[in-house]
Amino acid sequence: MPATITAPTFEVKSRPTGGPVTTKIEVENLSFYYGRTQALQNISLKIPERHVTAFIGPSGCGKTTFLRTLNRMNDVIPGTRVEGRVLLDGEDIYAPGADVVELRRKVGMVFQKSNPFPKSIFDNVAYGLKINRLTSNKGELHDRVEKALQDAALWMEVKDRLKSSALGLSGGQQQRLCIARALAIRPEVVLMDEPASALDPIATSKIEELIFDLKRQYTIVIVTHNMQQAARVSDLTAFFLLGKLIEVNTTEKMFTAPTERVTEDYITGRFG
Amino acid sequence: MEVHRHLDEELAALRDNVLRLGGEAEIALRRAMHSLAERDTTEAREVLDHDDAVDQLEVEVDQRAVDIFALRQPAARDLRFVMSVTKMAPVLERIADHACNIARAAIDLNNEPELKNHARLHQMGEIALEMLAGALDAFTKNDATAARQIITRDNEINELYNRIFHDLIEKMANEPATATRDARLLFVAKHLERIGDYVTDICELTVYMAEAAVIKHRH
Repeated sequence: MPATITAPTFEVKSRPTGGPVTTKIEVENLSFYYGRTQALQNISLKIPERHVTAFIGPSGCGKTTFLRTLNRMNDVIPGTRVEGRVLLDGEDIYAPGADVVELRRKVGMVFQKSNPFPKSIFDNVAYGLKINRLTSNKGELHDRVEKALQDAALWMEVKDRLKSSALGLSGGQQQRLCIARALAIRPEVVLMDEPASALDPIATSKIEELIFDLKRQYTIVIVTHNMQQAARVSDLTAFFLLGKLIEVNTTEKMFTAPTERVTEDYITGRFG
Repeated sequence: MEVHRHLDEELAALRDNVLRLGGEAEIALRRAMHSLAERDTTEAREVLDHDDAVDQLEVEVDQRAVDIFALRQPAARDLRFVMSVTKMAPVLERIADHACNIARAAIDLNNEPELKNHARLHQMGEIALEMLAGALDAFTKNDATAARQIITRDNEINELYNRIFHDLIEKMANEPATATRDARLLFVAKHLERIGDYVTDICELTVYMAEAAVIKHRH
């Protein structure tokens, strides 16, 4: 039985709208195994509501695996096993009988490579609403699609061609479409796995501005290889190495005066 | 790792630049005080003539720092180092400016009959020089402890300044004939007092660089 590790504490700035900062997700002593290989070791972490939390670390450090534990996306990989708890609003998402479909409605995900369906722009965003029967009539469906596209900062660019194929959009637009698709079902948390790594600087900038805006409504967790991106968009940064959470701190502190030497070596590029 | 080797080289070049600037400021102060003590107008003029080179060094530090910010996006200890250096360079340049002002006072005083020796003023100059040399050494070694110790010496300078101030004001009242020259000495004391403050700034920046601790306005 591993020793209990308390989640690190730090002072997080209040949201721009004011009010106290609450914990949206609390991870307690999480370990994760691919077969007999332990990929994550005893991770404890609190993710504040309506803030952006960034995970950084070298390739293979476990940050994406950890991100995917937050909405049980690893469940689909055979031979994997989880120990510990992940509390979403105080409820353990790995508890027996937990509703995974409901979990993934609350905790949406955007992947590294945009993956629009070979359908129209409208149908891409409406897809989740339709299969989950979240709207009662066409008017409401249209309103929800429009709102999601507006939230994803894409509405003005596509409002006149909603029936066109999503595959005709640029890479950056496709990624924002996938974000709109995730937002349409009104998640509470959005997980983003390197959402801008395949995009040019302008498209990346739009995604980063979008993330900044989205945190007013959503809790955002982002994995990124781009440390400057983590510095630009996140409120908190967590550094992972070899399956361990080495340090978590406010992003300002992390990028000016990290506590751990190994974090500083990674951030200053003197790692390894 | 090639990119990081280049960053290390650029940081080392920036460190060399600011240390050269610091060295020039130290030499300017030492020579200015020497020109005052020895009534050496030639040396005082050399201090003034050299000031353009000091200004140019400050510009070079600025340019290197801007290049590193723009091209390397330094973080953590590198960021603190570059930030500290960009704040330190104008401070060192101002110390050299104060040295020039002391040299100007020396030139003026050397054209007048000699006043009685002001041991306290030269003692003040010695402390300022020791503080400056120590501050540059602490910066070079990234030594926050040494920097903190040097900061405490600013009190010695301030006490000496207060005593010189009162002595000279009293003398000016009693000996109006030499009041103009005494006033020049008072300005020299004030320049040294300001240099003590600037050295304190350098030490505060070294503490920030080494420990990420902001101590300015807190001691």
